[in-house]
Amino acid sequence: MNKSRVTLWAACVFIGLWLIAPTLIVIPMSFNEQRSLAFPPKGFSLRWFENFFSDAQWLGGFLNSVQIALLTAVLATVLGTLAAYGLFKVKGIRESIGRNFLIIPMIIPSVIFGVGLYSLFLRLGLVGTLPGFLIAHTALAVPYVVVTVGSTLAAYNVSLERAAWVCGANKFRAFIGVTVPMLMPGILSGAFFAFITSFDEVVVSMFISSPYLQTLPVTMFAGMQREVDPTIAAAATLIMITTTAAAIGGILSQHLKRKRT
Amino acid sequence: MSTKQSRTAVLAWPALLLVALGFIVPVAIILVMSVTDPQPGTQNFEWLATNSTAHDIMWRTIYIAVLATLITAVLAYPFAYLMATSSTLVRSILMVVVLLPFWTSMMVRAFAWIIILQKNGLLNTVLGAFGIEPLTILGTNTAVLIGMCQILMPFMVLPMVSVMVGIDSRLPLAARIMGAPKWKAFLQVYFPLSLPGVFAGSLIVFILSLGFYVTPALLGSPRQQLIPNALFTQVLELLSWGKGGALAVATLVMVGAVFLLLFLVAKVMGIKIGKIGGGL
Repeated sequence: MNKSRVTLWAACVFIGLWLIAPTLIVIPMSFNEQRSLAFPPKGFSLRWFENFFSDAQWLGGFLNSVQIALLTAVLATVLGTLAAYGLFKVKGIRESIGRNFLIIPMIIPSVIFGVGLYSLFLRLGLVGTLPGFLIAHTALAVPYVVVTVGSTLAAYNVSLERAAWVCGANKFRAFIGVTVPMLMPGILSGAFFAFITSFDEVVVSMFISSPYLQTLPVTMFAGMQREVDPTIAAAATLIMITTTAAAIGGILSQHLKRKRT
Repeated sequence: MSTKQSRTAVLAWPALLLVALGFIVPVAIILVMSVTDPQPGTQNFEWLATNSTAHDIMWRTIYIAVLATLITAVLAYPFAYLMATSSTLVRSILMVVVLLPFWTSMMVRAFAWIIILQKNGLLNTVLGAFGIEPLTILGTNTAVLIGMCQILMPFMVLPMVSVMVGIDSRLPLAARIMGAPKWKAFLQVYFPLSLPGVFAGSLIVFILSLGFYVTPALLGSPRQQLIPNALFTQVLELLSWGKGGALAVATLVMVGAVFLLLFLVAKVMGIKIGKIGGGL
């Protein structure tokens, strides 16, 4: 390796560390023995995790988040897969309009969406309700599924589905039996990303939550503005483990696709 | 064929309907409120045009977005270049390095920066060991930029890489053979060819920078508000929906203007926007 290449590598290692390493600091902080967020943490204890799982607010937030994220993943995956397939079948201008329309939620700042949704939900009585959260989070997560399934579809060999028709399968059976399994890598990674989108969402959730129904990031955000509480570090560690596992799942399922096609 | 096509298109309707009713309608409501709340009229835009605090907030938002874009571009370029010029294996590993943080909670990352940058945090502990006075970074725009740029990196790296992998590596080589020194071959051959990726990434990052709420709220100062934070305060604390709506309109006008620019640049330079979006 020549000199400029070495310099390039050195710079990129630093950039990579800046991207990944700082976040890992929450892990040692969550095992702190003292009620402090000062660095370095002193001693080792599980008290903040105990505190997390015995506190109704934290545990409630966590369970709400898991439930909402799982339901969102299912809803967004079904709606997004159908949409990607439907748009794939109609070529031309209608396809590109539909596709661009479906990625609008990725572009508009979530504060604007959140405040508008809050106004709408106040009128409909959906603030602090499960259906309210599902509508908000699914709308935010659908674009990711449309993108991942759409990119799998781009490499999909349509003649396989035709073969199923020729062999006597009806459209529905061909779709479920041939198309869906072929698209599985895109569908799976879309589902993982939809889960994370919901599990991490904080801005919109802050607007539409109530003291009775809060998600974990909302509880965490409120806690961070209120006091120094290492339980927040425990919550951060749990969120990070959950989303990192889901992200690895999402990235790996996309690689599944590359190997097969 | 056309009837068959429209029957399959029905499959897209539930998702389209959800985005229309669950996303577009709420956004439209807050935009409309800018001219209807507290009473019909343009008072909220007059406030936006004449109030000095509102001016400060808007200029600060644009200033931070420009800085974030420049910093991210400078840091992302060498990283993307390394990715584009490495073997497939190294490229996949670097891709994971970029994508993992992309999917890590913004909240967790802001919290981590608080631990690092606070008065008795990691940074000052390390500086103290070298006998350097503690720095006050938390609660400043510097902290906001550090946190924002870290989150924005993937949006800059991915469009850059997608353009760079398409550059024929024989072109800079040809320049070398013709006697150009290394830096000249890079600067006059490779760099211009990579510019579409730089532009696309910059415009995406700029648009996203306008909408950051969590990072400025947690790492910045309440006296140095950005548009999203001001919007939040106006609506939830001051119950001034109209002013919040006006701020939303201002943001969307900026996003729209930059998006138009992205579209034109993409058209002129012949990049597929879908490709960039798909990369995310």
